[in-house]
Formats: sequence, structure tokens, C-alpha cells
Amino acid sequence: MKFKSKNTNRKNSLDKKFRISEFLAEYIIKAVSFTSFAGIILIFLFVFREASPIFFPKEKSSAPQEFLQSETYGEEPSNEEKSTKENYSSFLSSGEKDIASFRNLTGKDWQPVGEEPKYGLMPLFIGSFKATVIAVLIGAPIAILAAIFSALFAPKVLREIIKPAIELLASFPSVVIGFFALVTLATLFQDIFGGTYRLNAFIGGLAMALAVIPIVYTVTEDALTAVPKSFSEASLALGASKWQTALFVVLPAATPGVFAALLLGFGRAFGETMIVLMATGNAPLSTFNIFEPVRTLSATIGAEMAEVVFGDTHYTVLFFIGALLFIITFVINAIAEFYVRARLMKRFRGE
Amino acid sequence: MHNKILGKTTVLISALSAILIITALIYILLEIYIGGSSVLSWEFITGEPKEGMTEGGIFPAIVGTVLLVLIMSIACVPIGTITAIYLNEYASKKSIFTKMIRFAVNTLSGVPSIVFGLFGLGFFIQFIGGGMDKVLYNNELHWAQPNILWASLTMAFLTIPVVIVSVEESLKTVPDDLRAASLALGATRWQTIRKVVIPNSVSGILTGSILAIGRGAGEVAPILFTGVAYFLPHLPNSLSDQFMNLGYHIYVMSTQSTDVEATKAIQYATAFVLLICTFSLSFFAVVIRYQFRKRNRV
Repeated sequence: MKFKSKNTNRKNSLDKKFRISEFLAEYIIKAVSFTSFAGIILIFLFVFREASPIFFPKEKSSAPQEFLQSETYGEEPSNEEKSTKENYSSFLSSGEKDIASFRNLTGKDWQPVGEEPKYGLMPLFIGSFKATVIAVLIGAPIAILAAIFSALFAPKVLREIIKPAIELLASFPSVVIGFFALVTLATLFQDIFGGTYRLNAFIGGLAMALAVIPIVYTVTEDALTAVPKSFSEASLALGASKWQTALFVVLPAATPGVFAALLLGFGRAFGETMIVLMATGNAPLSTFNIFEPVRTLSATIGAEMAEVVFGDTHYTVLFFIGALLFIITFVINAIAEFYVRARLMKRFRGE
Repeated sequence: MHNKILGKTTVLISALSAILIITALIYILLEIYIGGSSVLSWEFITGEPKEGMTEGGIFPAIVGTVLLVLIMSIACVPIGTITAIYLNEYASKKSIFTKMIRFAVNTLSGVPSIVFGLFGLGFFIQFIGGGMDKVLYNNELHWAQPNILWASLTMAFLTIPVVIVSVEESLKTVPDDLRAASLALGATRWQTIRKVVIPNSVSGILTGSILAIGRGAGEVAPILFTGVAYFLPHLPNSLSDQFMNLGYHIYVMSTQSTDVEATKAIQYATAFVLLICTFSLSFFAVVIRYQFRKRNRV
């Protein structure tokens, strides 16, 4: 409560005094903090900006004819000749006919360099999925089991060794993991199991599992240790053994956290570039055989961006892939965060 | 009895998983060391590559990596620290601005590293570089191309979340009583932060910077088309030069060099040098964090 003195015009001594240094400090700190938000907006803006020509194909007078040609290969010879000539004479303008077809982006061939460039994204999506699913299938169970051990079964001393060790694995640069897979793992697997392709989706997925494991381990371990002690104490008091408590009380209570761990691991593997660039063979095939090479979305950007002409169709499609990657990982992270927060809070309030 | 066997099996399987991970870690370390041991030497670290990368050292790559990380830290450590200070000291939990910032930091940490590279290309090189060229050089191509400045700034965006998380964690450990005491003695909020909170959380700032440096030294995807090169005749001596980089060196040598077999040992050795750098950085960060926690627990 403020006490007003008799002269109400005079400033009350209990009012907060305005100091220029305080004002400046707060203002500058707020402004600098805005950088992160500005950064995210800028990333969004500029990646989408460079990808936007894909939605606005440039109109040309002979557009319908070229449109037809890009979809059906092997038209009448005269039209083909014309398109070939145009390809060589004006690379930029003839390239625009490819974007016009939405069907071209959902096509089954990724051949951006050639007489008739094809920008089908299907093989790239399939490649990303193959490698990511393999990585999560291999890495997640191992990581979750290790987290269960270190959070619930291991003595304190062991836990202090295991946790930093796995976090050390997290600090491995992905180039080194990719390099290791390329030179050692691939040869090992080919020597032991045979197989036509030395670098394939399986090797890439296995290497990515090495990168996924620390993330899933850390988040799962945090989720397991966040379960209130009262849960496990109650279970033990009712006569359950330590492992029964761990498996049937603590683990189910931490399910949202484990789920979030899986999602985060999936998101990380989906966006991983260097490992797949080095270890998957980089051939955009669309089969479901995991022992054949693949090309992922991120590897495509990494491999082809350096040699692309600015403003070109290829350039635009690569940025479009980048925009897709951004959206997909953003959605995965958003689901993980909202799901975990909502469910976890509900559970721990005693449901 | 049945229960006992099940119990022991569970513990065993989970223990084996943990051991498997650690074994894989040690195996990778050993393999890389053994592969490169024939080339590792003092001359390797200080020498220049010769004979088309089949002999000589990797000094320019080390210098390039160090410069990249240095410029990146100058950008990301202050911004990250100040943002963490805002989030912990000034932000109110209900305000929209706080939610925006937290959302931005969470999103930034989840963006794939290659998208950062695209951002660097589209924003720094084309937009800002192009703008600078228009104004300063009359449309002559000077800043609108890949160089170490843009690569460092791109990396800075990538590592800001790392710094923020670490600094905020250490800011939280400063007890509120300390702040209350300072305010009670008549200090203003900013004075409190400057003289009480920050000195007590220097270790967090240090840890954050070291983790950011470790991350920045290892990432290759963002710099792929924002400034790195495989072979340069001289070290970068201005902000508009390109640079070499350890991680990129490994990548190109193992996938695209003309004579992969001859350079095998050098590839292993370069990978080993990079590993040692990132490991020692992580190790220092852990040690600092541990010492800090021990000191605070007393």
C-alpha cells in the first residue's frame, strides 16, 4: 500500500526510481534475447523464400507443349528435338517446365542432371525413411535398456561411469561416425555377411544408431529418474521386487518421456546429413531392400548444393527439400514437447 | 524362483546393453587411433599437406577449424549468455515474449544442421552479402560468396541453444536468497545480476562456451556450402577468405579424393585429431561442471 503524503504532486519515495542504466540494461538484454526468435523466423523466411519459385512456375508462350513433354517421355521426334535444342540453348528457361508439374515432384526418379531433369522426391523420402527406421530400430532398444540399467539397477558408482561415457559418445562429430562406418564397418559387414553392395541403407542406419543412442539414452534416463520416488517406494512396500518395480511401475510411468525420446531420436536421424553422405552409397533407389544403397533428403542437399547454379530449378528444388526437412523435424519436435508436457504432468499429479 | 530368474535376466540384458554401447565407443576410438598411428606426429599437426594430400600435415585444416570456432564463439557466447540471463532473471512466466523466446530456442535446437547451411546460403551470402556488395562495392562480387565470416555466423546460430541451456542451468543454481540479500541491501536488479549472479555462474558460461566450441568444431554440414574448401594455397587472412576444416577434410578425403588408399592413414589420423579435440573439450566441460557442483554442495 502506498502512503500518500499531504502534497500529492510530489513523487512518493516508495515509487521505483527510474535509472537510465537499469532501463538500458533491461532493454538491451531483451533486444539481444530477441535474436534467437529472429533467427528462427529468418531461417523459416529465407529457406522458404529460396524455395518459393516452385509454386510460381514462370509462364512461357509454349508452356503447354513443354508441359506435356516433361510428363511423357518419347513424344514425336520433332517435339523432342525441339526440347533438346532448347535445353542446350537456354538452360534456365527450359528448366522451368519441370517445376510446373506437381507430378514431377512426386515422380519415381531423381535425376537432376541430364537431358531431361527429373525431380522426383519419392526415392529420397524412401531413402530417408529406410535409414531412419533402421537407425531407430537398432539404437532405441539398446539405449532404452541401457537407461533402465543405469537409472534403476546400477549402483551409484557404475552410473557415474556409464552416464558420462554415453554422453562422450554424444560428442562424437557425425563426420567421424560416418568415416568409421565407411572404412571399418562396411568392410567388416561385407567380410562377414557377403552382399553385393558395400555401402547400403543398413550400414548407414547402423552408423546413425550410434548417433541416436545418446539422445534416446539421455532423455529416457531423465524420464526414468523424474518418476517420483513415492511410486517405487509404494511398490516396494507392497512387496514387489526391485526389477518388478522397475519394469511394471517406473517404466510405464515414464512412458511419455520414452515416447518423446523415440521421437527426438527419429527427428535427429531424419535430419542427419554427414553420416548418410558417407555411409549409404548415395544412389537414389526406391526399393525396400535394406541392403541396397539409398539417398536421403539431407544427403541430397549436402551433395548437390555446392555445384548448383544460383536461381536454377535444381537450386529451387534443393531449397524446397530443405524446407520440407525443416517442417518435418519441427513437427516431430513439437509433438514430442507437447505430448510429454501434457501427459507427464497429468501422470505425476496422480492419475 | 521363476521371478528371480526373470529378474536376473532383466538386469543382465540391460547391463549388457550398457556394456555394448561403451564397448562400441572404445572400439571406435581404438580403431581410429591404430589406423592413424603411423602418421601421427608433431610434424603432422604443424605441417602442410603435400603431394596432393598423400603426405604432409593438416595444419591449415586445424587453423581453419580454430578460426571458425573463434569467430563463432565471439558471436554466440555473448548472445547466448544474455538470452539466458533474460530467461532466468527478467522473464515472467506468463508473458508472450518469454514463450516466444523459449519456443525459438527449442526449435533452433531441433533444426537439422544442413538446413542451417541453406539458411547461411540464402540469408548471409545472398541477402546480406548481396546487400553489402551493392552498397560497398557497387555490385562487384566480394561479400556475396562463401567465406569464413558467413560460415562462422551460420555455426553461431546452431550453437546458441547449447550456450543458453548451459548458462541457464548455472544461473538457476544461484540461490534466490543471494539475490534477495543483494536487493535488500539496496542494489538494483541489474547491479545484482552484474555483481552477484554472473560471478557465481561463470562456470556455467564457461561450460556452455566449451560445449558450443566442441559442437562447432565437429559439425560439417552447415559449412559445406557456406565457406569451406578442400585445398587452399594460403591460410585465411581476412574475413572474406575461405578456409579449410578438419571435418570437411575427412569427408572429402574419404569419399572423393583421387587416391583413397594412399591417404587412408592420413584420414584416420585426421579423424583422431578431431576426436581428441572434441573429447578434451567435452572432458573439460564435464570437469568444470563437476567442480562447480562439488563446490556448491559444500
